[in-house]
Amino acid sequence: MAPLIDEFQYGLEAPICLTWELTYACNLSCVHCLSSSGRRDPRELGTAECKALIDEFERMQVFYVNIGGGEPTVRSDFWELVDYATAHHVGVKFSTNGVRITPKTAARLAGSDYVDVQISLDGATESVNDAVRGAGSYRTALQAMENLAAAGFAGFKLSVVVTRHNVGQLDAFEEIAERLGAQLRLTRLRPSGRGADVWDELHPTADQQRALYEWLLEHGERVLTGDSFFHLAGYGQAPPGLNLCGAGRVVCLVDPIGDVYACPFAIHDAFRAGNVRGDGGFARVWRESELFADLRRPQTGGACSACSAYDSCRGGCMAAKFFTGLPLDGPDPECVRGHGETALAAVAPGTAPRSMPDHSHGRAAGSGRVPVTIGRRPPERTCEESPLAGFSEAVR
Amino acid sequence: MSTDAAPDVRPAREFGLDEAWRLDERVSLRPERFGALLYHFGTRKLSFLTDPRLSAAVLALAEQPSARAACAAAGISAAELPRYRRALAALAASGTIRPEERADGTAD
Repeated sequence: MAPLIDEFQYGLEAPICLTWELTYACNLSCVHCLSSSGRRDPRELGTAECKALIDEFERMQVFYVNIGGGEPTVRSDFWELVDYATAHHVGVKFSTNGVRITPKTAARLAGSDYVDVQISLDGATESVNDAVRGAGSYRTALQAMENLAAAGFAGFKLSVVVTRHNVGQLDAFEEIAERLGAQLRLTRLRPSGRGADVWDELHPTADQQRALYEWLLEHGERVLTGDSFFHLAGYGQAPPGLNLCGAGRVVCLVDPIGDVYACPFAIHDAFRAGNVRGDGGFARVWRESELFADLRRPQTGGACSACSAYDSCRGGCMAAKFFTGLPLDGPDPECVRGHGETALAAVAPGTAPRSMPDHSHGRAAGSGRVPVTIGRRPPERTCEESPLAGFSEAVR
Repeated sequence: MSTDAAPDVRPAREFGLDEAWRLDERVSLRPERFGALLYHFGTRKLSFLTDPRLSAAVLALAEQPSARAACAAAGISAAELPRYRRALAALAASGTIRPEERADGTAD
């Protein structure tokens, strides 16, 4: 399949899927929020603009959108937009903390082929979860999942960001998922948004990362991972269902105000390709933006090219490098060969770029943050291993 | 990969070239340089066609009275037909394409 994945890295006619953050508003204030959400942005796309964007997705045959936020269900037109998308052959998978998943809503969701639901939970126990996601969030998520299970919604996703404190609970997460008829989805903690503030304390240690890798090899067929952990392929064997950075090539992010970024973890001007409100709309951004054209050119591995693991890990995650102050053609901060730790030691404190929009509760807009711009360089090209595994997971 | 859907059609060897076939209504096909991407909304699986002419043939099923005619419309020669028949049979086995319901024998 190598020739096919070569085609992917040069970009597709349209994204296979894209992440669409509908709002920066959120009832929670998770310490690791990758979009620094909290307050609604007054420039948010309105209902009519959202529907026009869905029309465009339909014309381009974007197969489905991953709707997130913020907490997307707090938008008063959320269900209207979900219905509009599915009526226009754009599938919807949305991420929620569960706050609006009542028994009635759950019953409605259970009836659609075109809607999938992902409930976020970052601890298998209340104390571990609530320390990160806030008091009461564990109970809210569990109640939402119980409502979905009771409504007969099989196979919804239990979505976990793997941290230093919950990496030992993977079996317990799997038990919760099994009990409720859900599928476990694990993703990587990124130093994006507020995640940058807590990354040092929350990202798994090297030993934990190794254990995570072993666990994924053992359980990977049952567990979804997005493209989260392809840097772990450097250990030797590619974990199932991983191994592709599709930023700007097969995926992208549309934020609540219509800005288009290369990926959901890269909300920063250096990765902003345009805005859907501009002439030519989303299609023009996808097809003509200079940034995306750069990303679709063959990439070089820089300092990593000499490493024997490079063919597997492809230098890791662009966003993880960027927001820890590492060069994009250098090692991932969690490089399994330890090159990331060495590189991080050379980054002067406070110099790493910050995600730019900050809508956190209790923070004045634009306060305190002085983003440091480093040269924009294209990331490593996409991994070539197991493209089908990576993509069939990417569409779950 | 993409073929986990329970097959509910005849085995590959009996694939009816002279029958009318249609893309399953839950499947979206998007042509790409290398062929096409297929997404099945029911199974949420993505799959690929790595041959632009196969993609054209599958798209032509909608307006052709038979799979054979769709292949011809896509520029597939008689000599090449066995290979494409096998590919279509695999798509039928995965539920990507389905036999057309023919109430009155006319193609729409």
